Amino acid sequence: MIRLILKLVRMQARDALRSRWIAVYAGFFLMLSEGVLRFSDGDAKAVVSLGTATLMVVPLATLVLATIYVYNARDFTELLLAQPIRRSSLFAGLYLGLALPMAAAFVAGVGIPFLARGGGDPAQRGAIVTLIVLGAVLTFVFTALAFCIAHWADDRLRGLGVALGVWLLAALLYDGVVLLAVAVFADYPIERPLLALTFANPIDLARVLLLLRLDIAALMGYTGAVFNRFFGSAAGSAIAATALALWIGAPVAIGARQFRRKDF
Amino acid sequence: MIEFSRLTKRFGAVDVLRGVDLRIVRGRVTGIVGPNGAGKTTLIKLLLGLSHATSGDILVDGRRLDGDESYRAHIGYMPQSPRLPMQLTARELFGMLDDLRGSAGHADDTLIDAFALRPHLDKPLGVLSGGTRQKVNACLAMFYRPSLLVLDEPTAGLDPLSSAMLKDTVLAMRAEGTTVLVTSHIMSELEELCDDVAFLLDGVVRYAGPVAELTAMTRQANLERAVAALMIREVA
Repeated sequence: MIRLILKLVRMQARDALRSRWIAVYAGFFLMLSEGVLRFSDGDAKAVVSLGTATLMVVPLATLVLATIYVYNARDFTELLLAQPIRRSSLFAGLYLGLALPMAAAFVAGVGIPFLARGGGDPAQRGAIVTLIVLGAVLTFVFTALAFCIAHWADDRLRGLGVALGVWLLAALLYDGVVLLAVAVFADYPIERPLLALTFANPIDLARVLLLLRLDIAALMGYTGAVFNRFFGSAAGSAIAATALALWIGAPVAIGARQFRRKDF
Repeated sequence: MIEFSRLTKRFGAVDVLRGVDLRIVRGRVTGIVGPNGAGKTTLIKLLLGLSHATSGDILVDGRRLDGDESYRAHIGYMPQSPRLPMQLTARELFGMLDDLRGSAGHADDTLIDAFALRPHLDKPLGVLSGGTRQKVNACLAMFYRPSLLVLDEPTAGLDPLSSAMLKDTVLAMRAEGTTVLVTSHIMSELEELCDDVAFLLDGVVRYAGPVAELTAMTRQANLERAVAALMIREVA
């Protein structure tokens, strides 16, 4: 079964790597990373700028491209389903065959300018690695969500609409709601509920993990201290890593279940 | 032998198949006919495991389909209009399926030549014409010498030469013992290919049996008129 999945991944990845959009995606991050490094005042600031762009662009591009990919691959998926291949293997092959090249495009795009500068500022290397890992993790999270959406909605326009809605909610609206909650409950000790809210959105979780790596938490006052203390502890790091793994695992499990039951 | 037994399929509020009972005899060519929306493609998709039945059974050689995918190793399927991975070449696609099926057997060269595909093997599928892609599709279905060949509107988009070639290949495979299931709106084509015909209307099989018996029963000169007579009778 693993061998079959690997074959499918290789096959899908080869198809994805040859398509123009993945080169455009990698090129975008390459230019962004190179530009930011060239014009920012130090690697710490470059990582902040790149982080902001990553947290917006990776979920959006991944959701849109992966949703379109699933719809475009639908007939070919039918062709493969008519082969003696287990559906769960095919799902794994299709998912990894897209998520891996997209993550690789992101890693290469952001990473190459740093590598070209000998790995960047040694003091910021941890933050640079965190940024790259978080970008890759978000790629896996939002590819899985896109698979769920595209297999749930048969209509392409509806699927794309829902994908954009999910991005809007996770990348923009969620923060607004959290800020509103902070303003409304400003007189209450809301650090712990805020911590919990962070886990409910993978983009927020990634943002907090990146900011804490940059020691900007000191500027975030008491909340920053609470966050720093929590994520700085071994238990906190383990919980954060588990949460991110769950953010990949849960949509993958839901998507695989949908795919097994789907009528093509 | 394929046996559909009290097979139903419901999509939302629509009953597409409403208790299909049908036997497909081994080594014969069976055409599935019926108006648009009669459930022909749904029936094929259920057989291939692309869709799940709401109730009822499908038996292939006496074995009930229960989610085990291995039976599909013996099925060749030619969908109506495949959207193939456009970045890949036909050669790569054939190689991939070889690899996925794990069969040491490989693409049948005689089919590539028969469909005049050799000059197009190394071009990306995206630049090939619709008809040429349909030939690639036909090769994919027939490469592995399946014991059951399922063709959904196989000649749509094919030029007359390729269409004739496809039909000859189907008949040659039948002569070697392959069971063939074919849907088409072109009755003359079905008449040329089929031994048996199953007439599906509103999700139920209204007639199943030899083509000759149907024409005799309806007292018509050919399959097209016989099916038309059947439709008029059923609708009336």
